[in-house]
Amino acid sequence: MTSTLETTVVDLATTSVRELNAELHAPKATHYAVEHPQGAHAIAAGVATPITVDVRGHAGYYAAGMNDGGTITVHGNAGTGVAENMMSGTVRVTGDASQSAGATAHGGLLVVEGSASMRCGISMKGVDIVVGGDIGPMSAFMAQAGRLVVCGNAGADLGDSIYEARLYVRGTVGSLGADCVEKEMRAEHLAELAELLTAAGMAHDPAEFRRYGSARRLYHFAAHNTY
Amino acid sequence: MIDPAQPNPALRESATFDRATIAGIQRAAATGVYDIRGWGAKRALPHFDDLLFLGASMSRYPLEGYRERCDTDVVLGDRNARYPLHLAIPVTIAGMSFGALSAQAKEALGRGASEVGTSTTTGDGGMTPEERGQSKHLVYQYLPSRYGMNPTDLRKADAIEIVLGQGAKPGGGGMLLGQKISDRVAGMRTLPAGIDQRSACRHPDWTGPDDLAIKILELREITDWEKPVYVKVGASRTYYDVKLAVAAGADVVVVDGMQGGTAATQDVFIENVGIPTLAAIPQAVQALQELGLHRKVQLIVSGGIRTGADVAKAMALGADAVAIGTAALIALGDNDPKYSEEYRKLGSEAGFYDDFQDGRDPAGISTQDPELAARLDPVEGGKRLANYLRVLTMEAQTIARACGKAHLQHLEPEDLVALTIEAAAMARVPLAGTSWIPGSTRA
Ligand SMILES: Cc1cc2nc3c(=O)[nH]c(=O)nc-3n(C[C@H](O)[C@H](O)[C@H](O)COP(=O)(O)O)c2cc1C
Repeated sequence: MTSTLETTVVDLATTSVRELNAELHAPKATHYAVEHPQGAHAIAAGVATPITVDVRGHAGYYAAGMNDGGTITVHGNAGTGVAENMMSGTVRVTGDASQSAGATAHGGLLVVEGSASMRCGISMKGVDIVVGGDIGPMSAFMAQAGRLVVCGNAGADLGDSIYEARLYVRGTVGSLGADCVEKEMRAEHLAELAELLTAAGMAHDPAEFRRYGSARRLYHFAAHNTY
Repeated sequence: MIDPAQPNPALRESATFDRATIAGIQRAAATGVYDIRGWGAKRALPHFDDLLFLGASMSRYPLEGYRERCDTDVVLGDRNARYPLHLAIPVTIAGMSFGALSAQAKEALGRGASEVGTSTTTGDGGMTPEERGQSKHLVYQYLPSRYGMNPTDLRKADAIEIVLGQGAKPGGGGMLLGQKISDRVAGMRTLPAGIDQRSACRHPDWTGPDDLAIKILELREITDWEKPVYVKVGASRTYYDVKLAVAAGADVVVVDGMQGGTAATQDVFIENVGIPTLAAIPQAVQALQELGLHRKVQLIVSGGIRTGADVAKAMALGADAVAIGTAALIALGDNDPKYSEEYRKLGSEAGFYDDFQDGRDPAGISTQDPELAARLDPVEGGKRLANYLRVLTMEAQTIARACGKAHLQHLEPEDLVALTIEAAAMARVPLAGTSWIPGSTRA
């Protein structure tokens, strides 16, 4: 670990992820740069304070997992489960994200500048997710709360068994999953979408998006709703 | 001659279409929906009752009852964790969710378990302050739904249990019906109050054992390698599941047999999916032995544990500890005859009540109704549970001493015989009076 005035640099070519995370859990600095991540798993998992972490390269599974307050940027691609179960803070991926990006996350903002694979926002519980490109199939499966914004296209079975999360898609939707329907875009939705796009740094017109959410037909168990 | 005032003695109930089966068909025809209930499998299955201990004899030396030491403690999860659990007794409280159970019931479980030095386990719905406050050793479940999952509670836990399945429903998700989704339960699960709520059957961010290894690594990283990580599986392909769980890095494997309880599952699922606890234990032990990790990765067994004899038998077959669900609820006061009249009003009877999904539990245990829940005094309930846990332990010690064992963990398969061919084959111990283990040896 080397420190300049502003930033502590951790080189994963010579330091273990375990040492990195131990430092990030009891941080002596406020800004960290992680060099040579080489796709290692669980980079910056469990950050619980408002520190800034810049990962300079590709990250493996569960980068920024359970982030609670950190501002974490992966300057590259991220593997499965980036920002899974995030509570608060911001996670940004400048490249693409693999499966289950933002899975079960309760809060904070996840921005994927590229595209995200399958199951983006699965079981999301309050997080905001903004994807610059496309998302894969089965995204927002059982999404409970929060907002998912897709500037490109969404794959098949979007929002299957969705609860109260709100989905905004600018491009096409492969197909809608069980109980997910297109909904009217009202002024309050345009306004919140504009805010989300601004927060994510994406310059799109909110009017180009469509909104999807739950038809709430599966909320009560009955003979007619067994799929 | 037929006397219409008397039951006809010639009426013969069909073994195939017995009364419960006929009523089931009638119910299905009337409602068009399958039956959902709590409790575990009700059908007769090969079980611990089909095993006997041999006791000491010419070739074995017994220990004096009461006087001579017979230790009961167990260490769980010392393979990787900085702080393994050290429990005074090998009977733990299985995961049962707040939501399925009232906050009072969760608190009572914590109080009873702590009094005798054992652990409780959260459940599908997160950690409540009542339970954390009262449980000296608290295992935090990490389930597919991730309801209420957060890193703060994760760090407060003493161990983490990744749940792949339950014995009552291997391959099934969960459900909590709307009548039990109070505002508090809904808030903890981030769902609207009053809706029927599904718990996913697959984890959202990993698939298969290779991914699980990375997931376990992440959980260790987040908690700074302090806490043991358990993996819980419903008993089905137990031999392979245990091998894969251990390969993925589990410190403790929990195997829950098909008799295991549930809060709400389809009856058809409970009765027809999974294998009996008795059949699962030897498979799990074989897997651990082949890996050279028996007793290094600990095995917790659950599903139908009722008595100290069951505890001793599970341990003799190779378990390091057991977990109890249904029996713990009964100890708190579930199915108490004092509520007979109320059970009858619900169409049940004390001793038969299994509608844990329904939320109208007269004993105040499987409910979120504030008035019903207030009937369970957590302090009293905790005392009853502690008493029961002490009896389980003393019973197990009685048997262990009779077998000449100074520690419950010294019990071994050689101490056991089976009463039936089925039990002998499943438990891999000889049929009583023979040296025959069907499938393993010749008669
Ligand atoms: C009311 C109730 C709720 C349960 N909730 C959960 C749960 O949330 N997570 C879980 O892994 N198992 C759950 N189980 C299963 C228990 O953890 C345990 O595997 C089972 O009860 C053991 O079998 P036994 O009831 O025969 O002792 C529940 C069981 C009951 C009776």
